[in-house]
Amino acid sequence: MTERTIGIDYIARVEGEGALKVRIQNNHVEDVQLKIFEPPRFFEAFLRGRSYLEAPDITARICGICPVAYQMSSVHAMERALGMKVGGQIRELRRLLYCGEWIESHPLHIFLLHAPDFLGYPDAIHMAKDYPDAVKLGLALKKVGNSLMTLLGGREIHPINVRVGGFYRAPTVNELKAFRPQLVEAMKLAETTVHFTADLDFPNIEEDYEFVSLRHEREYPLCDGDLVSSKGIKVPQDRWDDVFEEVQAPYANALQSVRKGGGTSYLVGPLARYALNRDHLSPRADQLAREVGLENVVRNPYRSVVVRAVETVYAIEEALRIIDQYERPDPSWVEPPPVTKSVTGGAVSEAPRGILYHRYRIGPGGLIEDAKIVAPTSQNQKRIEDDVRHLVERSLALDDPALTNACERAIRNHDPCISCATHFLKLDIERR
Amino acid sequence: MTEARKPRLGVFKFASCDGCQLSILDCEDELLAITGAVDIGDFREASSAVLEGPYDLSLVEGSVTTAHDAQRIKEIRAQSKALVTIGACATAGGIQALKNFGNVDEYRRVVYARPEYIESLATSTAIADHVPVDFELRGCPISKVQLLEALSAFLQGRAPNLPNESVCIECKRRGTVCVLVAHGTPCLGPVTQAGCGAICPAFNRGCYGCFGPQGTPNTASLTAELKTLGMAPPAVQRLFRTFNANAPAFKAASEAAVAEAKAP
Repeated sequence: MTERTIGIDYIARVEGEGALKVRIQNNHVEDVQLKIFEPPRFFEAFLRGRSYLEAPDITARICGICPVAYQMSSVHAMERALGMKVGGQIRELRRLLYCGEWIESHPLHIFLLHAPDFLGYPDAIHMAKDYPDAVKLGLALKKVGNSLMTLLGGREIHPINVRVGGFYRAPTVNELKAFRPQLVEAMKLAETTVHFTADLDFPNIEEDYEFVSLRHEREYPLCDGDLVSSKGIKVPQDRWDDVFEEVQAPYANALQSVRKGGGTSYLVGPLARYALNRDHLSPRADQLAREVGLENVVRNPYRSVVVRAVETVYAIEEALRIIDQYERPDPSWVEPPPVTKSVTGGAVSEAPRGILYHRYRIGPGGLIEDAKIVAPTSQNQKRIEDDVRHLVERSLALDDPALTNACERAIRNHDPCISCATHFLKLDIERR
Repeated sequence: MTEARKPRLGVFKFASCDGCQLSILDCEDELLAITGAVDIGDFREASSAVLEGPYDLSLVEGSVTTAHDAQRIKEIRAQSKALVTIGACATAGGIQALKNFGNVDEYRRVVYARPEYIESLATSTAIADHVPVDFELRGCPISKVQLLEALSAFLQGRAPNLPNESVCIECKRRGTVCVLVAHGTPCLGPVTQAGCGAICPAFNRGCYGCFGPQGTPNTASLTAELKTLGMAPPAVQRLFRTFNANAPAFKAASEAAVAEAKAP
């Protein structure tokens, strides 16, 4: 009997700290564990006793890569709990801010974290020696996303302008109009990006994913819509707990989200959003997807890089649409009603790497009594393990260094953000 | 003759959100110049290539929350000629230092189904509580401008030229009307170190102190003013207890805010 162990002690080019352990016995994959050694930070515990108005600023600090997602899921959950209706231009500004995060985060992953895998470099810095134009393009594109977040939010990491009910300050029409040329320029860069990604070499692999995302009746989803899946889920977004649950795997390395009942994995993120909302892409994004031959449902995880590029085009097009119809809302926020009894609200929004669920119970007087936060990466974790298991089963002939490298690539396909660590456990990780 | 060796840079992560090290990648216009001036020895968020220490400069993000990390920072210090902490987690313990005021065993039970698997110290502490630190960059997150100044200073062998005045000075310079005086909006600007550019008051909200206490903060005077504005003592305490809750001046102010209320 032969036993073989593949260990990656520190997965590089992901946000946060993770490790992978694969155990192979007699050419059979016995076990795959994506381990998280990000130290626990206990957000759900210390949110109790804080004012519900503080949740957007505090939960943003769960993740420096997608703070807008945390701010959006938290304000929508609070507004749902309080029965508030926030629409019109405030809703449009929220979408615009979220577009900024997508325009920053997707190119970050495409060019700085993911492309080096396809082109054979340890990082974008080495890649820049041979592909200077691609890296500079990626940086220029991501800078536009950051600039948009800074314009609306005050700064790109942990923006300061989001509050329950709206914004502390709404930008003027002229401020947004002045940003238009940057977006027009970014559109050219994003179009080039779609072609750049589509021309990469992809392993010929398809996975049978259950895709999960939001779906809205008329728009590509960011904050609104129902929670849907490719295998039949359709519930209001605040009913996440009805269809999913967090469980502890037998080897207890982390809390993972699974389908309630069956315990199966599911996939969130660009592949899922695209598969379930292909019909709501904007005209230019739709056209580019066709131009590069992107099928309506993409099951090859490596090709998520192309979908991210198409979604970047979408975000730029959507940002332009919002700016062109913008009228400054006055006031810039809806005043929340006093909290007189215990109320509960949940909300899902589409972080660049997939759905982020928040649920809060607020007590009379407005202090948080209970908080639940389910990050995209904890929802994808079991699915990433499934991808790695299938990869190893296909690739047993590879030697250990090659197999290790292939496993890291399989993980990075899903842009995991391990810093979103509220639910992750630490177990006996060896650092060698 | 061999080419002069470039300074070797390490970027290390402890308990944090990754935002401060992302600030390096967010220097879009300067990133390739930075990587031209230094060898990236260890920067796992950006690269799978690792060069052995020692490092001429180590940037450390995040706070110490586990026994393993308390040991790891000692090893990093031993491998680093200069060590600069980046951000509120590394310089003050970060938002996760709120557990210092709670019960970590109870926290484990609240968040995790199997609390026995969670290894966590009772406190979240600054890097300087564990090893000597050569320079601290404030902020949640840090300012890119300040990061570039610190990197340039290090490469030129000089001390970084960064202010330790209050956010009020930045508001004056920016021409922002005082939200505290003119609108009665609670604001930590008078006791918070400058560096962000006084963003919050420019967006019609009060400063929430993410750069931590300035050199000589008069927190007692500000606390009295906040209470005059009608803030209840627990609300004042929460205002001081966010991203720099464990910074000594803010910690003391947060405790004083409710202690005074209890006094006759």
